[in-house]
Amino acid sequence: MKRRTYIDPTIASSDVTPESVFLNRRDLIKASTGGAAAALGLSTARSGLASAPAELSFKSDTEGALLEELTPYDDVTSYNNFYEFGTDKSDPVQHAHAMTTDPWTIKIGGLVNQPGELHLEDILSGFDLEERIYRFRCVEAWSMVVPWVGFPLAELLQRFDPKPEGRFVEFKTLYRRAEMRGTRSFTSIIDWPYREGLRMDEAMHPLTLMTVGLYGKTLPNQNGAPLRLIVPWKYGFKSIKSIVEINVTAKQPKTSWQTLQSSEYGFYANVNPEVDHPRWSQRFERRLPSSIFNPNRVPTLPFNGYEEQVASLYAGMDLRKFY
Amino acid sequence: MVTLGAVGVCLMPLLVLSIQLGTGQMGPDPAKRLMQGTGEWALRGLILVLLAAPLAKRGWPMLFRFRRVLGLSLFVYVSLHLLLFAQVYVGWSLTLLAEELKERPYVLVGFSAWLAMLPLALTSTDRARRWLGRRWRQLHRLIYPATVLAWLHVFWLVRSDVGEALLYGVIFAALLLWRVRRLQLRAR
Repeated sequence: MKRRTYIDPTIASSDVTPESVFLNRRDLIKASTGGAAAALGLSTARSGLASAPAELSFKSDTEGALLEELTPYDDVTSYNNFYEFGTDKSDPVQHAHAMTTDPWTIKIGGLVNQPGELHLEDILSGFDLEERIYRFRCVEAWSMVVPWVGFPLAELLQRFDPKPEGRFVEFKTLYRRAEMRGTRSFTSIIDWPYREGLRMDEAMHPLTLMTVGLYGKTLPNQNGAPLRLIVPWKYGFKSIKSIVEINVTAKQPKTSWQTLQSSEYGFYANVNPEVDHPRWSQRFERRLPSSIFNPNRVPTLPFNGYEEQVASLYAGMDLRKFY
Repeated sequence: MVTLGAVGVCLMPLLVLSIQLGTGQMGPDPAKRLMQGTGEWALRGLILVLLAAPLAKRGWPMLFRFRRVLGLSLFVYVSLHLLLFAQVYVGWSLTLLAEELKERPYVLVGFSAWLAMLPLALTSTDRARRWLGRRWRQLHRLIYPATVLAWLHVFWLVRSDVGEALLYGVIFAALLLWRVRRLQLRAR
């Protein structure tokens, strides 16, 4: 099979993949062989990562490192919401190994001047990776602090040259029934594939990260390998995993949770302690790891603590209405 | 001695949950797991309690004989569930609790189920039973509204997969319908 590779004329010679990253590609391939072994049932239980994550080379986040205590790697990779693999927090780590992440293609289309496809190797070699230590706040009122590795989504979008009438960006997760047991549950009421969306200015914001790794290594499958979004000032469900399609649109795209229950999950989903989820309060969060006698309940901050950077995006908007 | 064995069996799930908690097998958010664990075992206990009578009528009196132990254990699991909620979710703040009860119907519904079971637990001694006489049986019919409330509590919590809630619904409906039918047959 002949593979179309996206060649970007804007890549300077200085951007050419450093050897270390190239070698990491090899590791990645090796790692996915490991994934096949895991699929055959050879993986271990709790640390049963889908494929042994490979080292990435990136610029460290020295400022973010001082912010707050990191949530341990094992917790970040064993406590996940990834409903394609089941609704329990431990389902993804047990079942996500079934997902094939190599080869991986992302289709970029809609209102862009240069629609096309990206392969994972283009992404790993075509962008300067950097570490970002962000708070991650789930709508279910738990939170983590995670060192992600990625690059600004803006850089990716600019390569495809969005048209001026493109005001929103839509994302879709892989939907492969054979590999995703959660999507085969006949009592699930989610309309697959999982969809998310951002307004163009949100997508272009420098905090919005296209993420390929965590803790310096490629993403484990349960965390949304090989490529996911991280929007740190929004609830976790906006940070869509395992992306296969990105479309620039004129109209606000329909997102999965909003479609399912629009009274509980809005399009914006900005972290906001003042606007409760109808079934629970959003004023506090359990910062994981938490325990029974020390629940580690901390007050939730407006925009998850990124108010200074992003509040201006929503100037004049009633955030109670546009939740 | 036999009763003691029944108590032991009923407390097994609690023991398992405690061991999992003690050995760190509950992951980074044990609160959530324990809430789920105590809630699920309470539901299973409720099923067993409601199964006792129909099984006894079909010649298997084992559960019926131990229904007091079963009922009290069920109450222990529900109470633990409630205590955890107070400790982990509202941090013993009365204002927060009042707000939760007011604004979140599933909390109120779950709490009502516990309230409905409280007098049953308190009147489970032989003395209370003798003292209440006929009214004891009437009082203990509170388990039926408690069942409906417990199921509503579960159903209200569903986020995207209704499978489990439906399964409990079918089981509870069957167990309650059996009683309705018996009442009808007796009235004839």
